[in-house]
Amino acid sequence: MAAPTIRTLRSPLGRVRGLGAAKGGTHHWWMQRVTSIALLPLTIWLVFALARMPDATWQEATIWIARPFNAVLLLAFLAAAFHHMAYGLQEWIEDYVRGELCKVGALLVIKGACFLLWLSATLAVLRIAV
Amino acid sequence: MSKITDAREALMVGRRSDGSLVRRPLSPHLQVYDMLQMSSALSITHRITGALWSIGMVFLVWWLVAAAAGESAYNGAMWFFGSFIGVLGLMGLTAVAWYHTLAGIRHLYWDSGRGFEIPTMYLTGRAVLIGTAALTALTWLIMLITWI
Repeated sequence: MAAPTIRTLRSPLGRVRGLGAAKGGTHHWWMQRVTSIALLPLTIWLVFALARMPDATWQEATIWIARPFNAVLLLAFLAAAFHHMAYGLQEWIEDYVRGELCKVGALLVIKGACFLLWLSATLAVLRIAV
Repeated sequence: MSKITDAREALMVGRRSDGSLVRRPLSPHLQVYDMLQMSSALSITHRITGALWSIGMVFLVWWLVAAAAGESAYNGAMWFFGSFIGVLGLMGLTAVAWYHTLAGIRHLYWDSGRGFEIPTMYLTGRAVLIGTAALTALTWLIMLITWI
């Protein structure tokens, strides 16, 4: 292997500052765990709840969503799930997308899409429930 | 003087104790793994199922927004979910959701610092696969019973 060269006057410390873990420490990793623990009971509830209403009419579905218990759990699920989804997709991009411009661009698209989807679903639940 | 185009270079180029420059090895990528062994196969499946559940989330948002928009929009969404492609997609997403949930529990168990022994790893891996099949079947059995 050819001997590598560094053609820069910046010190090694200066070059790594602001990169890697220095950006956010373990916050990303920890929040992914926190949301996954929150999603565990919420997902089990949601999957079985939806499985029990395959032929629900519009009236039945809106009455089910409007129930305070269901509405609160749905809002909690949406918040935790979109947080977890944005963080998870961020890992994909950081691992597989090369080039800072593409990477930052893809991250902004993913975060924006997750935020808009979360906002839409949350507004829908609130509009039905309130 | 050239600028660093790949940020990782800053971390991957270092010096040996004698002062000479060395390019450190990058972490291995997919091509070095035997994809037929359970450890790496389940690991990559966990990633793929996580990304696939984004589609499930879009479906859930569609269902909720359609319900809020009114009866005709809701009926349109339900027509799609009840169609052949819709049912097939939902069946797949059920399996994906259960796999990611069970494999996620396995990851949380690993995070506590336990379960890294090879026999334990294979045991929990098999449990995830069997659990996914069982819970997916159970979910659709409940759906079928409610539907009939």
